[in-house]
Amino acid sequence: MNRLLRIKDVAPRVKEYVLEAKDVARHCLPGQFVIVRVDAEGERVPFTICDFDREAGTITLLVQDVGYSTHKMGLLSEGDFLHDVVGPLGNATDLSAYDNVVLVGGGIGCAVIYPQAKLRKAQGRPCTTVIGARTKELLFAIDGFRDNSKELLIATDDGSLGVKGFVTTVLQQLIDRGDKIDCVFVVGPMIMMRNVCELTRGYGIPTIVSMNSIMVDGTGMCGGCRVTVDGQVKYACVDGPEFDGHKIDFAEVMNRSGFYREHEQRCRLRGEGQ
Amino acid sequence: MNTSARHSVRVQDPEKRIKNFDEVSLGFDEATMLAEADRCLGCKNAPCRKGCPVGVDIPAFIARLKENDTEGACATISLDTLLPAICGRVCPQEKQCEAYCVRKARLGGSVAIGALERYVGDYALAHPSEPKKAAPNGKKVAVVGSGPSGLTCAADCAVNGFDVTVFEAFHKAGGVLVYGIPEFRLPKEKVVAGEIAKLEALGVKFRLNTVIGKTLTIEDLQEEFDAIFIGSGAGLPKFMNIPGEGLNGVGSANEFLTRVNLMQAYREDAVTPVYCGKKVAVIGAGNVAMDAARTARRMGAEVCVVYRRGREEMPARAEEIDHAEEEGIKFVLLTNPVEIIGENGRVTGLKCVRMKLGDPDASGRRSPVAIEGSEYVIDVDQVIVALGTSPNPLLRKSYGKINYSPRGTIIVDEDTMSTNVDGIYAGGDAVTGAATVILAMGAGRKAAKAIAEKFAK
Repeated sequence: MNRLLRIKDVAPRVKEYVLEAKDVARHCLPGQFVIVRVDAEGERVPFTICDFDREAGTITLLVQDVGYSTHKMGLLSEGDFLHDVVGPLGNATDLSAYDNVVLVGGGIGCAVIYPQAKLRKAQGRPCTTVIGARTKELLFAIDGFRDNSKELLIATDDGSLGVKGFVTTVLQQLIDRGDKIDCVFVVGPMIMMRNVCELTRGYGIPTIVSMNSIMVDGTGMCGGCRVTVDGQVKYACVDGPEFDGHKIDFAEVMNRSGFYREHEQRCRLRGEGQ
Repeated sequence: MNTSARHSVRVQDPEKRIKNFDEVSLGFDEATMLAEADRCLGCKNAPCRKGCPVGVDIPAFIARLKENDTEGACATISLDTLLPAICGRVCPQEKQCEAYCVRKARLGGSVAIGALERYVGDYALAHPSEPKKAAPNGKKVAVVGSGPSGLTCAADCAVNGFDVTVFEAFHKAGGVLVYGIPEFRLPKEKVVAGEIAKLEALGVKFRLNTVIGKTLTIEDLQEEFDAIFIGSGAGLPKFMNIPGEGLNGVGSANEFLTRVNLMQAYREDAVTPVYCGKKVAVIGAGNVAMDAARTARRMGAEVCVVYRRGREEMPARAEEIDHAEEEGIKFVLLTNPVEIIGENGRVTGLKCVRMKLGDPDASGRRSPVAIEGSEYVIDVDQVIVALGTSPNPLLRKSYGKINYSPRGTIIVDEDTMSTNVDGIYAGGDAVTGAATVILAMGAGRKAAKAIAEKFAK
């Protein structure tokens, strides 16, 4: 059982949870994730570790209310417990080979690039960060990103903050103004990751994506999270979650990620009826 | 001499059981148990023991049963095996002990050793005895994984006075016994939870949600424990690497079974979803394939098992193959999938090629070869792949000091199950690759003995 110490609303339907998870906090690195079960009957849901405090023995998760379990989690209060938390799972993000890195985050994907921004800043090699959302209310941690980046650029679909357009609009501007970019690390909705990869492919910029696949155990046993990378079957939980974005079969991933949407919808309706 | 033929166990009627997840085999009642026990000739040279991977003294426990001394049979069998209620249900007896029974060919068939073992195991679970254990010796043992090898090693170490902690990655203990083998073959509450409760009564502690190599490292364990046993199981499910495997509706048997068994996705009110089609093809013919096929059948599907060799070569337990057939599962033999066909991202068919048996290969088995031009499509909306596993890289990546074989399994000394690292032992599928419960149990037992001897010095 893991106690929720602090809960904060950071955007509509997005909450930040700081929770006790001593062993996870001791070993985790940016890019890794945990699997959570909200209650004794709960499903196993993966969340990226957005931040951690080794001394306090806590980790931070950003959770968007998108389905049955995340909705149930939203009903919990400070002092309540999550039934199970297991991790840290997956491999840590490794951008150490690259000097000039652009981090790109869309929606809840910003939770994955945030710890990387923090780490790079601490290492004295801060990144340029691009975050995007439909409208400015949906963006979060803007100050945190600004403090931990060489430069923070924002894109909103409606132009309510930053550049009017998508993260690809901003990324194109960076390329056009002649920024040296050794690597792009992009995390967000599948369609956004695919579009970024298509843009960077033309310029030969190495691009890493983080797969938020369907999974059960998270330790390599079930194979639910498999993705095709360069024609080979890879498992997001033990080989990833990060892969070379230019080699991912996005059409397959996007098809597979929607597989359980219908069930999720049914489950959610039931949850809200309670 | 008792000349009667082998007695069958009671089973749930196939028509009824395909609509529920309750156990298929109901075991022997007392009268049938006595009649079957009486068939044992009590051979002095006990050929049946040679067929048992852990050498259970079969004539000895059956001798107790003949006298209707089930209590005594429990005491006798417990000298050789920790998990009779489980092994009686899941061991491939027809290839092990029962294959060597002298009654097999001529005297009405082999003694039903598995069913008798199960009778004893169930009695032991229903009549728990006060656990006997040595005085604490002040030494601590960490067991990684709570499947059959880990549970056995933990129990034996606890009996020998060690302070034992079992680490499990999942939120529930039992390993393959809870996520893999279905309820209708191995009841979770009655049998698996019962065995785990016995361990807890021995003082064994369980730490769930703890992945060794991630949540805690082997180095962390070495700081706190005097010995470590690794029973982390088999690993990554294998796929066929044929076109269409990324379609929706294609998955591993591990995933399908875990969703249904561990996450209870077969229940109407379950939170965890599982997809089960109306026409399901299961690829492979081992126990896991039978489990997946029969689970899909119970969820209302028409099911076929597609296997590239013939019936004789099917590796599953004979009883599971028979039960599957009784339940209306079709065996499509000498047939090999070459492509999964889909529309709108979902499976609609399985393209197969017919096979014939060619010349014997290096192993002496006649290997199947494709018949040119024999391709055809089976109409399915789900494909479940049950072709075994390849070793899990997780532990190897985080701790490089243990020696692994080229295929990724842990190398151990076969007598002591010790690895090349002092104080670290391993057993079960992590060492052998996917194998049986009884072999895993035997390995856990050997390691526990070696650990006890190491600290007795």
